[in-house]
Amino acid sequence: MNMKSDIRLDHKAIADMIPVGASVLDLGCGEGELMYMLVKEKKAKAQGIDIDEQAIYKCVAKGLSVYHGDLDSGLSDYADKSFDFVILNQSLQQVRHLESVLYDSLRVGKKVIVGFPNFAYYKARIQMFFVGKAPITPALPYQWYDSPNLHFLSISDFQEYCQKRGIKIENTKFISKSKIIKAFPNLRANIGIFLISI
Amino acid sequence: MENSVGIVETKYYTFAYPPNELVLDSGGKLGPITLAYETYGKLNEDKSNAILILHALSGDAHAAGYHEGEDKPGWWDDAIGPGKAFDTDIYYVICSNIIGGCKGSTGPSSINPKTGKPYGIDFPIITIKDMVNAQRHLIDYLGIEKLLCVAGGSMGGMQVLQWLVTYPNRIKSAIPIATATKHSPQQIALNEVGRQAIMADPNWNNGNYYDSEIPAKGLALARMVGHITYMSDKSMEEKFGRQRKNGNGSPKFSADFEVEGYLHYRGNNFVKRFDANSYLYITKAMDYFDIAQGRPLYEVFKGIDAKVLVIAFKSDWLYPTYQSLEIVKACKFAGVDATYCEIDSTYGHDAFLLELESETHLIKHFLRKVYHGYEVLDEYEI
Repeated sequence: MNMKSDIRLDHKAIADMIPVGASVLDLGCGEGELMYMLVKEKKAKAQGIDIDEQAIYKCVAKGLSVYHGDLDSGLSDYADKSFDFVILNQSLQQVRHLESVLYDSLRVGKKVIVGFPNFAYYKARIQMFFVGKAPITPALPYQWYDSPNLHFLSISDFQEYCQKRGIKIENTKFISKSKIIKAFPNLRANIGIFLISI
Repeated sequence: MENSVGIVETKYYTFAYPPNELVLDSGGKLGPITLAYETYGKLNEDKSNAILILHALSGDAHAAGYHEGEDKPGWWDDAIGPGKAFDTDIYYVICSNIIGGCKGSTGPSSINPKTGKPYGIDFPIITIKDMVNAQRHLIDYLGIEKLLCVAGGSMGGMQVLQWLVTYPNRIKSAIPIATATKHSPQQIALNEVGRQAIMADPNWNNGNYYDSEIPAKGLALARMVGHITYMSDKSMEEKFGRQRKNGNGSPKFSADFEVEGYLHYRGNNFVKRFDANSYLYITKAMDYFDIAQGRPLYEVFKGIDAKVLVIAFKSDWLYPTYQSLEIVKACKFAGVDATYCEIDSTYGHDAFLLELESETHLIKHFLRKVYHGYEVLDEYEI
């Protein structure tokens, strides 16, 4: 699986959106690689939340501060604008109450960075159209029966959603394999990253 | 003896001699006061490696190593020693007993200097804050300006929270484990059953039993109730099932189920090592404890710059995880740097003494960060 290089690139793309010394809340931080990088390279003040106990141990071993809990209930405890950035990288599509998590993130963070697998990536389209099967791509590596993803969205879906809801898209990065995609991202990128605010 | 701190001795510090008695939360005065404590490892030159361990309801100063001639180690020996969670090769670990107790510190079984007899229930009501104030005198005496960490489970965790709120500038970090910011009605109710068991024993005699028979039945019963609350449904099932000692041949109403035998054994053993009046005073101190005193907890936590590691256990129904989450919530809101882990354990409240592997991992890395003062490790192993 060549997901690793894509993920590295998406971490880098996220880091590029964050100025030095920013405070960051990483929702669904996993084992903390992104936070670790942000602390080391951006001197970020980072805090993470993840539901997985083993991931918490890995974060603590790196020296990171993390909360063990789920995103659907973990956000209400923060005051408005407690963080410069709230990051939802590869986690928004996995939460049950997507809209309340997204709006709570926009409340708690001055800005929000959302990264998700693009369901309309051309390889996914090919699998759907020609093979007639639920797509498996580097960014969507799961079988239909064991996927943690609850929501399937495309880059175009998210753009349209932000427009409808009056959410400002301040910056975007689209990634495929280990490249940044500029043209036709909804077809060619398997990961979309959005910097948004209200 | 491998990984053990070896042979240790309990030490005693006496202070608050009249007229400089300790002023208690209740407004009363207590003095002189003796605190029993033990230390393990070496205090470094700049006195920056001291960790204070605080014990639970029935604990004592003997947390690690062995007393001369005994084969049972201290109550948290699995967590304190060379290479362990509280690594005595690196840190200087202090375990302090509490006032109100009966393990070498001043409590209701101590001699009242005014009468020359044991205090009994003339002993003043004490609180968790009083316990912590007394410990602060010990830390002053040991010459430690700032503790690297205060850590403890259950009632030890309440003392940790009290240290955090009352002496935030005297600690660099805090590890409250399986604890609460205040007792729920359920917790108070369970304690009250224990207290009533003691006071209903005719030998209790209004706390006046030091020259006669002790209220052993009542104290044992209180402890039995306690032990039920320390385990989970599942851990009891695994440990005892419905096993019976004598098949169907037991006399009527004898303790033939293994779980009954266990509770009797625990109860009877406890009576040999614990004072019934201390049980009353300490459980009452736990019930009165309310770290926020009616204020919002996040307000109480505001401005604290100690780092906090909160640990809770999934199957703990005596101190349910929601109580630890209240600490976590307040940290989030107050901007206190904190980490929270809910360990997936089936041991119930006892887990804090048993889930050593997970606790060791969390505590070790947390302490290392606080001690060395880094943000993240320079490199990590994947």
